[in-house]
Amino acid sequence: MGNYVKLILLGMVAIVAAIAVNWGRDLAYQVHAALIMVIAAGMFIYVLRNTDEPKPLAPDPLSGYDDGVVRYGVIATAFWGVAGFLVGVFIAFQLAFPALNFDWGQPFTNFGRLRPLHTSAVIFAFGGNALIATSFYIVQRTSGVRLFAGRLAWFVFWGYQLFIVLAATGYLLGVTQSKEYAEPEWYVDLWLTIVWVAYLIVFLGTIFTRKEKHIYVANWFLLSFIITVAMLHIVNNLAIPVSFWGSRSVQVFSGVQDAMTQWWYGHNAVGFFLTAGFLGMMYYFVPKQAGRPVYSYRLSIIHFWALIFLYIWAGPHHLHYTALPDWASTLGMVFSVILWMPSWGGMINGLMTLNGAWDKLRTDPIIRMFVVSLAFYGMSTFEGPMMSIKAVNSLSHYTDWTIGHVHSGALGWNGMITFACIYFLTPKLWGRDKMYSMPAINWHFWLATLGIVLYASSMWVTGIMEGLMWREVDDQGFLVNSFADTVSAKFPMYIVRGLGGLLFLSGALVMCWNMWMTIRGAKPYTQPVSEITTAVKGV
Amino acid sequence: MSDEDKRLDEETGQYTTGHSYDGIEELNTPLPRWWLWTFYATIVWGIGYTVAYPAWPMISGATAGVLGYSSRAEVAEDIVAHEAKNASLVDELVAADIAALDPASDLHRYAVARGASVFRAQCSQCHGSGAAGAVGYPNLLDNAWLWGGTVDEIAYTVEHGIRNETADARYSEMPAFGEILTREEIAALVSHVQALPNGGAGGEAETLYLDNCVACHGDNGEGMQELGAPNIADAIWLYGGDAAAITQTITNARFGVMPAWGQRLSDADVRAVSLYVHALGGGE
Repeated sequence: MGNYVKLILLGMVAIVAAIAVNWGRDLAYQVHAALIMVIAAGMFIYVLRNTDEPKPLAPDPLSGYDDGVVRYGVIATAFWGVAGFLVGVFIAFQLAFPALNFDWGQPFTNFGRLRPLHTSAVIFAFGGNALIATSFYIVQRTSGVRLFAGRLAWFVFWGYQLFIVLAATGYLLGVTQSKEYAEPEWYVDLWLTIVWVAYLIVFLGTIFTRKEKHIYVANWFLLSFIITVAMLHIVNNLAIPVSFWGSRSVQVFSGVQDAMTQWWYGHNAVGFFLTAGFLGMMYYFVPKQAGRPVYSYRLSIIHFWALIFLYIWAGPHHLHYTALPDWASTLGMVFSVILWMPSWGGMINGLMTLNGAWDKLRTDPIIRMFVVSLAFYGMSTFEGPMMSIKAVNSLSHYTDWTIGHVHSGALGWNGMITFACIYFLTPKLWGRDKMYSMPAINWHFWLATLGIVLYASSMWVTGIMEGLMWREVDDQGFLVNSFADTVSAKFPMYIVRGLGGLLFLSGALVMCWNMWMTIRGAKPYTQPVSEITTAVKGV
Repeated sequence: MSDEDKRLDEETGQYTTGHSYDGIEELNTPLPRWWLWTFYATIVWGIGYTVAYPAWPMISGATAGVLGYSSRAEVAEDIVAHEAKNASLVDELVAADIAALDPASDLHRYAVARGASVFRAQCSQCHGSGAAGAVGYPNLLDNAWLWGGTVDEIAYTVEHGIRNETADARYSEMPAFGEILTREEIAALVSHVQALPNGGAGGEAETLYLDNCVACHGDNGEGMQELGAPNIADAIWLYGGDAAAITQTITNARFGVMPAWGQRLSDADVRAVSLYVHALGGGE
């Protein structure tokens, strides 16, 4: 029965998409409509051929859980990670050598189009896939049940990949609503909303059907991430399409209200996507890898509630000294500073979980990655409140210091912890003893760490230099430097930054090779399967 | 959480909470004291800060804070302080006949410094931070002037701009000869224009030049500043001097625009930046 509904829906989507290709007002919209038409038609045929052949979704033979979607997620994470880092390295060198914008490739190879491609690829494609995959892994194991609506989880995975492809191709074709980290236009936003609601249903359904009495702390963080991102996404993307048959839309908010909504979104995307979500990963994988209990249950409660309560107010610190009223600016700064300790609660709980297992730092490169990621987390969550102080912000705002800050968090915290999780998950998901090469993990660790250090330190130097040059006035009160003077002064540091990115990218390539060799290795280990399945049944 | 599940962790001396998720236990370690007290301290500081500064939104407006701080007032004070410091020089500059200003005077030195600052902030985006220009944006260092290079002419250009929508802007428009001449004729004109420094190509090309171009660009291509018609015989090119660029210019014409800076800059700034540009080396 369900299949007939599916067939009707898919058929209608394919037809409407075909009309949209014909009536589309702009190229990107037509390309997207054609893509959707092909996918819907393909799925129509697939569903048709499989109708009336019931295929129950069997538990994974290795673990007894629904791990197929997690396996795909891990591979997608690595793939989008490399793609995103590659674009990042390229645009870093574009800033150093503008000729790399390539006249022959205009407008597609322009920095302005590649930059959102980079940010969306690393945050939403790499980070998002990591979060979806690990959350599906974690919630099953800490709840002792398989995923609620396991097929819907597959829809979440593929739907999210479609969102990424629509967003990325849209940027290249010039479709953007010019909101940082929320560039996709209305129809892509609507699609993501559908996918996200499905994600919430799968996650929440699994929690509701859990066999454990309590909800594990990792799931609090992951649930807060899913719910808050839904809210942020919907409010910041409120827009009215110019036409149903075109990609353009008009924002509902305007002026400073629009700016405030945008940075309420932008900051909480950092807070709930890149902080709360990844803390959820941390709370499962760090104690697992260390084989130690979580340091403090009480700290996890207090810092969780403090973090989610305070983060939501901190957005205005992105708009210091603008048209934003002073009172909003003050609140943004005050809540950011108070946020310092709640953020560090996660670092303390992660690092101190190693109490009694510190010796593993010497022998286990995966633990080393977790520790370094937590160290960068601690560093950037100190730097963040500091930069939100108005006096500091008047120097740092609009400079490369911000870029350095973001990357010490993104490469150091989000990147490193995701790599460590991938090294944890790959052998388990494909039934291998361990990763194919431990020395390669070590190489990855050092390449990435060195890359981050080069990146962050070069951006601190240029950022502070730039801020000082911009505010330099002579004794009569006249500006000393033109903007172009500051650009040319930054050149050497732009090279250093690009090299840092190159090291980080090569580390990720080493990881991909290691994953490939691990997965393709012929020797699945069989022993713990029965153990885990009985654990699931026994609870 | 039942008490009998709690377990003493020997490594740390803490009890667990009795929960276990996929083998993960949690210790019931108390909050680190330094963490808690720092958290309290930031909260106390935060409350104090919001009392001192504008912070809490009310039904209309927000609390003003006991210090009476306002970022806009702070900037305004800053500007007033600088203006006051230089007030006498500003008055002198606005009153002076800038064309007759002695380059060795204090006022001239002040004006050039002020003009340099205005130039970096407002003009360098098009004309380059060193004023060497770019394709489509004139070089201000040489002595080739489209609309005149005296201080007064420069000041007029800065104040009213070129081909913008203000009434007093400098204005002229070259026809797009692509709609008037054939391709072959344009090609002949291009060869004539390129040969102008050596007296021109002669023949039919020269006739075409005399029929179509001479009214603005002059008999020998020397141009006419009243119309902003460039000298095309001096080998200085705003849009490029190769055959392709000149063909493009003749076929489609050019329409370079400059804003009327008098709408955004003060009188003193317009005069200062004009003196600065004049002093760059090419001023007449």
